[in-house]
Amino acid sequence: MQPGALNVLVIDENRIRAAIIEEGLRDAGYAVTVVEEMQGLARRIAELNPDVIVIDLENPNRDMLESIFQLTRAIQRPIAMFVDKSDEASIEAAVEAGVSAYIVDGLKQERVRPILKMAISRFNAFSRLSRELEETRSELENRKVIDRAKGLLMRSRGLSEEAAYALLRRTAMNQNRKIAEIAQSLVTAASLLDPGAPDPGVKT
Amino acid sequence: MTMRHAITAGFVPLLDSALLVAAKEKGFAAAQSIDLTLVRERSWASIRDRLAVRQFDVAHILGPMPIACNLGLSAPAPKMIVPMALGLGGNAVTVSAALWRAMAEAGATADLDARENGAALRRVIDRRVGEPLRFGVVHPYSGHNYELRYWLAASGIDPDREIDILVLPPPDMGDALAEGLIDGYCAGEPWNTFGVLKRGAHLATVKAAIWKSSPEKVLGVDAGWGEANPEALAALLVALHHASLWCGDSRNHAELASLLALPAYVGREPDLLLPALTGVLPVGGGAVRTVGDFFVPQAKAATFPWKSHALWFYTQMVRWRQVAHTEANRQVAAKTYRPDVYRAALKALGIAMPSASAKVEGALTAETPVGSSGALTLGPDGFFDGGRFDPDDVDGYIAAQSR
Repeated sequence: MQPGALNVLVIDENRIRAAIIEEGLRDAGYAVTVVEEMQGLARRIAELNPDVIVIDLENPNRDMLESIFQLTRAIQRPIAMFVDKSDEASIEAAVEAGVSAYIVDGLKQERVRPILKMAISRFNAFSRLSRELEETRSELENRKVIDRAKGLLMRSRGLSEEAAYALLRRTAMNQNRKIAEIAQSLVTAASLLDPGAPDPGVKT
Repeated sequence: MTMRHAITAGFVPLLDSALLVAAKEKGFAAAQSIDLTLVRERSWASIRDRLAVRQFDVAHILGPMPIACNLGLSAPAPKMIVPMALGLGGNAVTVSAALWRAMAEAGATADLDARENGAALRRVIDRRVGEPLRFGVVHPYSGHNYELRYWLAASGIDPDREIDILVLPPPDMGDALAEGLIDGYCAGEPWNTFGVLKRGAHLATVKAAIWKSSPEKVLGVDAGWGEANPEALAALLVALHHASLWCGDSRNHAELASLLALPAYVGREPDLLLPALTGVLPVGGGAVRTVGDFFVPQAKAATFPWKSHALWFYTQMVRWRQVAHTEANRQVAAKTYRPDVYRAALKALGIAMPSASAKVEGALTAETPVGSSGALTLGPDGFFDGGRFDPDDVDGYIAAQSR
């Protein structure tokens, strides 16, 4: 049977992650619906009649979702918890990735497994992306504070920009700390000594 | 100092995570050479999943959930044991301002009396036209679901036909109530106090009024981990026992409320946490009532994992058609709670412990000394309707409730 015959419901409060998963599943030929709104979820599930439901593991509404599966009048077909009970490794991989999936009872594991695999890989990709974004953000902030520290040294000690940076780097190496930490200490100290200086806690 | 045991415990940000939080923050775990890591989760499903894949060794969990897991009602279903309870009571039934007005007109009072206010709710439903009232609970396999249903049924209200009961995350309940999505809810603290103080809600009754000294959260232990690490488990039970003594001492309530208020734990202001600890509850409309034994973290064998509690939860699973009643299922429920593990771990402390593993629930109408030492008192443990549950007659109880 074509994978397109399976109907996947994605529940995720994080729009970006939901879009990433949706794209992956659509490209693989599945029919995908994304739901962000939890209100009226039972009715939506009854309308959509999904074969598979993918939800982020941390979603506080999972208890509600699982309770909906118990109410036979709310759904047309019984839904089993979690894909592939027998396969502990896949459950572990899913929990590690932060994804949880539910399938309609009786659906063959072979048909569902690619969906879970896809969801796991997309969740992992999203986590990597978030981590990289976070790193880029802190990198940018580090650069700003180093620039300010350089400026302070250039003004107070009449150093060139290169010499100011070299001094920061040498100090960091001697103290076995990061340049950004030395720079932050300098900016903080300068603001304490000179109340007119910009507040180091304010990120410009 | 090198710790002998590393234990990871999951918890949900609720007041009754107190014993675990105190064990870590007040050094009771470290004193037993336990490096205790507490991991906060936002759903019970998540707690269950992480237990199943062994990311957690133990967890703060709803009393009926380990039984549901062992009965295979929930998947992935980690095999679990319950060697300790994490206190008694602590829940309440909160209703919207509109429903409270209707109940008050029908005779409800601010005294939280389960019988009177249940009768008032019955009269409100009689007069009501249109959609049934909607009540939120935290989980299908929860003390909340069962005590709410017990209260309704004993008040002559059919919880399946006359009330729409749905599951909601506790932090959303106050808002759902204020927005008119639900008319009431049964939840743990601080979410009833939050509803009353921040969302104009009113307490209808409390768990302690429906069933005094009744079971709530427990320590759920991954059975495999417990078997492989008996020393670590025993050390944890000792640490939690010391934590329960600390939590139960009224002189520590203010500090405990501040600890729980930390962002890593419940993350709500101490003012929302203190009422459950003192039992002095804002009930709505500026009124305050003092509820004896509202939440009991230590006294009255509050941490003892009674098999009769497990069996009562089981009877309610049967009553509300979550599981079929068979002798095999009854045994699974009874064997989930492990007073033997509790006794073995705490024996060396020389404290007074119940010698029986089960008791007739609802039999004690007053505080009663038990055991030879006289250091332990139990009860009262009555149901508001005078009901009794004899754990030796599960069949009879189930039959009587199915009528």
